[in-house]
Amino acid sequence: MAYISAGIPYFSENSLSKDNKYMVQQIAFILISAVAIGVAVKAFGKVRRNILLGQDEAVTGDTGERWRNVLLVAFGQRKMFKRWIPAVLHFIIYAAFVVTQVELIEIFIDGIIGEHRFFADKLGGFYTFVISFIEVLSLLTFFATFIFLARRNLIKLPRFKKPEMKGWPSLDGNLILIFEIILLIGIFTMNGTDVVLQQMDPEHFKDTGTLAVSSWLGPALFGGMSEGTLIILERVGWWLHFAMVLTFLNYLPYSKHLHILLAFPNTYYARLKPRGEMDNMDEITKEVRSMMDPEAAFDEADMSEELPEFGASDVFGLSWKNVMDAYSCTECGRCTAVCPANITGKKLSPRKVMMDIRDRAEEIGRNLDTGSDEFAKDKSQPLSKDNYDDGKTLFDYTTPEELHACTTCNACVEACPVLINPLEPILKMRRYEILTLSQGPQDWLPMFNSLENSGSAWAIPDDRDKWAKEAMKEG
Amino acid sequence: MSNLRIPTMAEMAAEGREPEILFWVGCAGSFDSRAQKVTVAFCKILNAVGVDFAILGNEESCTGDPARRAGNEFLFQMQALQNIEVLNMYNVKKMVTACPHCFNTIKNEYPVLGGNYEVVHHTQLLQELINEGRIKMKEGGEFKGKRITYHDSCYMGRVNGVYEAPREVLQTLDADLVEMKRCKSNGLCCGAGGAQMWKEDEPGNKRINIERAEEALETGAKVVAANCPFCLTMMGDGIKAKDKQEEVMVYDLAELILNNMEG
Repeated sequence: MAYISAGIPYFSENSLSKDNKYMVQQIAFILISAVAIGVAVKAFGKVRRNILLGQDEAVTGDTGERWRNVLLVAFGQRKMFKRWIPAVLHFIIYAAFVVTQVELIEIFIDGIIGEHRFFADKLGGFYTFVISFIEVLSLLTFFATFIFLARRNLIKLPRFKKPEMKGWPSLDGNLILIFEIILLIGIFTMNGTDVVLQQMDPEHFKDTGTLAVSSWLGPALFGGMSEGTLIILERVGWWLHFAMVLTFLNYLPYSKHLHILLAFPNTYYARLKPRGEMDNMDEITKEVRSMMDPEAAFDEADMSEELPEFGASDVFGLSWKNVMDAYSCTECGRCTAVCPANITGKKLSPRKVMMDIRDRAEEIGRNLDTGSDEFAKDKSQPLSKDNYDDGKTLFDYTTPEELHACTTCNACVEACPVLINPLEPILKMRRYEILTLSQGPQDWLPMFNSLENSGSAWAIPDDRDKWAKEAMKEG
Repeated sequence: MSNLRIPTMAEMAAEGREPEILFWVGCAGSFDSRAQKVTVAFCKILNAVGVDFAILGNEESCTGDPARRAGNEFLFQMQALQNIEVLNMYNVKKMVTACPHCFNTIKNEYPVLGGNYEVVHHTQLLQELINEGRIKMKEGGEFKGKRITYHDSCYMGRVNGVYEAPREVLQTLDADLVEMKRCKSNGLCCGAGGAQMWKEDEPGNKRINIERAEEALETGAKVVAANCPFCLTMMGDGIKAKDKQEEVMVYDLAELILNNMEG
């Protein structure tokens, strides 16, 4: 038989050989899937652990509004459409990604039970439609991917060439696109050879109907090849497709590409409070109130504790949402491109602030994984996030110079397509500098002093309503 | 305009009266010589249309915005709690301010500290007064047909979503309103927010207000309209740095309206 001579006994009529080889493929499939999924689950668990290094933050506000954000901003990608070209290209890739998952269901069923195109005969015309839909999106994605590669490497958009993009972030961006291309090659090899094989051996290759792309691309690429070669290519395409899916799955936790998953929870948990409202520090309110009202009883217990830390010097001082923001960042740089400080050559880049938080969280996570007491604050206690000191802070990543350049204009907040808020961590770190370290720009001291002494932002000895008296005199 | 009247809350309270609205002047409006002109212009408008208002005078204190954005939460809360005490003592319900930073802090940050007031920005009040017909514009005023560009302040625009009220006010001038490339939610900051007003720039290759002034000049506008005392300073300085201060003027909306009002 042609199948046997081709070395692919998948469809061999020799039942013994067929079952054995069948089993080999099935066992390989199940083992590879189990290992790949197991490793990925562990890595995702670490991402979750790292996000939870941040402090608790209550999720308040209207749930309906939260779902609205998920639907419009994450699913609908509304914020992307401020720039049409990347928005359309991105939407194509995203839609292809989502819709291709339907095909993955079949790959899993086929892989486990050893079937070939399980749904083809069961769904009939609908199957043709679904696979065709995936194919059209995949073909568009193929071109979109090349355009994206060109934007990153040939056109050199300024936002992809900032200092924080050197090295791994640039490679990461390119790798994802290359993976995507390999995945698509897998899909079209698998479908294209299948279409040709359906003509040659309709008994084993179920009729998929006329597929939108492979019905012409398949014969064009693979027509004229021998049945044996085609059968090998079909298997190569199928396994390549599947292998790339597993590769992606395991790559995500280490990549900026994690945004394809985290965009959804991140938009859900995005703050609903007014943009202009900085979170109140209640512990300070308590202190100020007791200062203003000397009769108020001083809480002795509060005083005896060690000096509290105000603001954030590390991931531990941020909220878990700030850290989730960092993990949701895909380093597109829309925030940095609109940042007035960055535009005018200052060091501040909101994207870098977010990348720094993720890098620092990763570093802490890796150190926690070692379990070594070299990272423990109290060596007699086991290492944990509450008993951690590696001698570093977030300030080793983000410098005061960067933080001081922020005008709090909210352009970065407005720009982010997945509702990341780079301003919050910047302001929390400013708080740490001023309140805990008593440091910060010297220029601010006269303003602080003036506020404290005269309640005015400028030290001007005049009465506050001098202007009014003069204006009334002039009439 | 004669008999300009700017009563304080204390004076009114002594007469047993409460004004319809409190005008929150802010530090810039009180002490900055350029912003003082805006404050007076706004008072003249309020007088002219008979809005019953008062100021706090010496009982007003900085809202604390620059301290909070600099990171000095302690100082911010000292200011905020003192102000809230005064405002609540006078039973203040409604306020207007010509400063977007004061506006934002009072509107969004005072409630959690016990200060709940209805607060509007002066451009919003001006729009209301125009819509009600209380402010009437001259036929063919000084700015008729003149090219004007409006600079969105971050704290009214992006932060509080007020883009249209100031533009509608400007429409009444019959001017040729042109937008800068970056406007509304994409508007570029003047460079003063986040307590930058009180410090030198971090090292860079340009000042933010120069970048913005260049953009304003590109429109060919003869007037740059602003709604924030800090933007006013920054844009004024930027245009001066480009040596265009003779040709291009920077005004607050209140000044433009006062100039074009009937009566």
